[in-house]
Amino acid sequence: MADLSNSFVGIKSPNPFWLASAPPTDKEYNVVRAFQAGWGGVVWKTLGDGDPVVNVNGPRYGATHGKDRQLTGFNNIELITDRPLQLNLQEIKRVKKNWPDRALVVSLMVPCEEENWASILKLVEETEADGVELNFGCPHGMSERGMGAAVGQVPEYIEMVTRWCKKHTRMPVIVKLTPNITDIRQPARAAHKGGADAVSLINTVNSITSVDLDAMAPEPAVDGKGTHGGYCGPAVKPMALNMVAEIARDAETRGLPISGIGGVTTWRDAAEFMALGAGNVQVCTAAMTYGFKIVEEMISGLSDWMDEKGYASIDQFVGRAVPNVTDWQYLNLNYIAKAKIDQETCIKCGRCHIACEDTSHQAIATTINGDRGFEVIDAECVGCNLCVNVCPVEGCITMEAMTPGMVDPRTGRTVEPTYANWTTHPNNPNRVAVPAQ
Amino acid sequence: MTDVASGPDIACGRLPAEAYLDNFTDLHPPLDAHEAVVEADRCYFCFDAPCTQACPTSIDIPLFIRQISTGNDTGSAKTIFASNILGGMCARVCPTETLCEEACVRMEAEGKPVKIGLLQRHATDHFLETRPKSFATRAPETGKTVAIVGGGPAGLSCAHRLAELGHAVTIYDAKEKLGGLNEYGIAAYKTVDGFAQAEVDFILSVGGITVEAGKALGRDFTLADLKVKHDAVFLAMGLAGVNALRLEGEEMEGVLDAVDYIARLRQADDLATLPVGRRVVVIGGGMTAIDIAVQMKRLGAEDVTIAYRRGAGEMKASPYEQELALTNGVVIRHWMRPAALIGAHGRVSSIVLEGTRPGDDGRLEGTGETLRLEVDQVFKAIGQTFLDAPLLGAVPKLEGGRIEVDEDGRTSVDGVWAGGDCVAGGEDLTVAAVADGKRAADAIHRSFGL
Repeated sequence: MADLSNSFVGIKSPNPFWLASAPPTDKEYNVVRAFQAGWGGVVWKTLGDGDPVVNVNGPRYGATHGKDRQLTGFNNIELITDRPLQLNLQEIKRVKKNWPDRALVVSLMVPCEEENWASILKLVEETEADGVELNFGCPHGMSERGMGAAVGQVPEYIEMVTRWCKKHTRMPVIVKLTPNITDIRQPARAAHKGGADAVSLINTVNSITSVDLDAMAPEPAVDGKGTHGGYCGPAVKPMALNMVAEIARDAETRGLPISGIGGVTTWRDAAEFMALGAGNVQVCTAAMTYGFKIVEEMISGLSDWMDEKGYASIDQFVGRAVPNVTDWQYLNLNYIAKAKIDQETCIKCGRCHIACEDTSHQAIATTINGDRGFEVIDAECVGCNLCVNVCPVEGCITMEAMTPGMVDPRTGRTVEPTYANWTTHPNNPNRVAVPAQ
Repeated sequence: MTDVASGPDIACGRLPAEAYLDNFTDLHPPLDAHEAVVEADRCYFCFDAPCTQACPTSIDIPLFIRQISTGNDTGSAKTIFASNILGGMCARVCPTETLCEEACVRMEAEGKPVKIGLLQRHATDHFLETRPKSFATRAPETGKTVAIVGGGPAGLSCAHRLAELGHAVTIYDAKEKLGGLNEYGIAAYKTVDGFAQAEVDFILSVGGITVEAGKALGRDFTLADLKVKHDAVFLAMGLAGVNALRLEGEEMEGVLDAVDYIARLRQADDLATLPVGRRVVVIGGGMTAIDIAVQMKRLGAEDVTIAYRRGAGEMKASPYEQELALTNGVVIRHWMRPAALIGAHGRVSSIVLEGTRPGDDGRLEGTGETLRLEVDQVFKAIGQTFLDAPLLGAVPKLEGGRIEVDEDGRTSVDGVWAGGDCVAGGEDLTVAAVADGKRAADAIHRSFGL
């Protein structure tokens, strides 16, 4: 039986599944329910200082759905906790005392003054919480007040505030990053320079989920008007995976612990984040969609997969996919693949054909021996994978690599056994003699 | 033969009043809005879709389903009506399991096709319930007039298309209501709540169509009259004749024509007024046989038996229809043909069935073994025939007893087209009749050389 216990920047939890700072972690009642359900840790919903913020009392959430109401993306315009600071601190202290084996990290967001950070850190330390997460990501409301994403979008501020926090607390400091920037490595590097113990990402993506075409207002609308919210849930996972990988493989931040966030819904999502370098994951939308019980599936799924693969502990697979993430220029241009349609499982919908015919390479024929049937024309196929992606039958179309020595009927060239990339390609004005890797 | 057994048990109102409502409600309840969107999402939007190819009217099925999935039910209905103005009825009565749904690639994938028929009904119902006006707008009047004989699916389809093209159309129908078999023939639970007439009204709302109801060819007017008054004639009078059993005693009370009875059932204000035998035998293997058998069962008949002279595979009724009969408690006896009707005092009281088998030459032969069933009603449902008598000798060339037409529906008589069940080579399907009508309309339009 695989060992799922997790140590993230020294914070121990029985499994790598934490609840992200969000409505599910806003108060003792919810957090205790989460721990009872089996969650390894929580990041308590962001605390601020001064008078509590106020939230809108109309809709705070929006969503995108599949046809059967499957929630594909989620969006919120809720702010940080709107409960009194002291109440939160009391509850944090009590929960940590009652649940010593679970991770309890406190998310923070205060104005960009050193004394604000110093004083709230002192208050959090008194709760015996395991660490803090600096919320530099919240993209709505708080950013208009110079906090959240307004800090996260300026690497210098990130570094400065991180440095203050490291100076004023013994607790591990996790810096939560906003994806609403152009290059995720910049804020990650800044956090690293400021002394952060880890980064967590992604926070939510600026979004309008839909437009009410009768009211001509964005959703979710509050009394006829809407504002951008933060997008999260399954839809943002691919973006989050890329950002995690970018930080994991960046020379300047390599080795910096990462807490992976963004659409983690199943054990598989979690394993993917961790393969790309995340030491653990944080979950919110999936829990808000289905309730806390989903962690049972995550725990058993990850455990069974690890057993199947022979991973005894989490650190044995964390980061294992990172070496295979590279730049485009290093991809092997001598690798030639052709689509292959399995006629046994093909249902003859013709989607592969029309997609290829209308929008790509005219490489799929519509008849086989005069009857309706779909077959790849190797002489036209560039191996783009479009047909594989649009085929409704999983596994029906596959990409088959050509073996060296075969002749590619499209180009008439023999498939080379050697690796060659753009760095040496004759068409590259900056080519070099030996391929860089 | 005569028999001295006790009198027949035929009664009206065999069921409590509310049972008629239950028994004759929609066979397939319509999809609700969410079900429709979820079902629509199952459609793969195939290239050169097999379902469309399988549809006699070539409805662009992937497009209309995609329109449902995006919340555009009105646009979806327009797509359907553009190919098939009787798309609402076809959605109810088409044997989809042998047409579009059989061709659906999901059949190959998982044996569960997209529910095309129910989706088509969803869209067309929406349009008929919400439409502010007719589906089509007419082209400017051309001054041409076309006579249509028979206001069933073929006639209505032809009339609508011609009216759309700007021609003036007159539909002559021997019955008081238009709709043909939609109104008088199809099982009641397939077209509830007066849908057939609602659809007729919808079709006529295009304008330019005059209805001469209760006017029969050969009685009230002749083909020659029509040719004088109109620029073209479309014959769509269906099949007025019924095959006989050719048994002694066929004229006895209790030996009934299924088509007539169904027409009476369809027009009945109160189903409890229909005379229903306790023991019913239906002779035949087509849709009419199934329709009468199931409806008799639902009217309260105790034993209903279909006797068919060949096996299940040869029945013209689809496997789905056969199953419908069985699940309704109808007994189907294959390889049985009627050998004798027995009765007394002019009333049928039992029927003798003889076993059959395919002979060496493939023709049917009797086995000599017989089975006698006590019976209160015997229904003949062994097919209908084209009656050419109303044409008063001006009969276009026939083929196999029906009117011969070319691929445009043109008959051997100049200026006369024909379609629907009355033409040779037809499939006796509503949707095929609709296709005939549309095709003929386009051909008639071309013939005007406008």
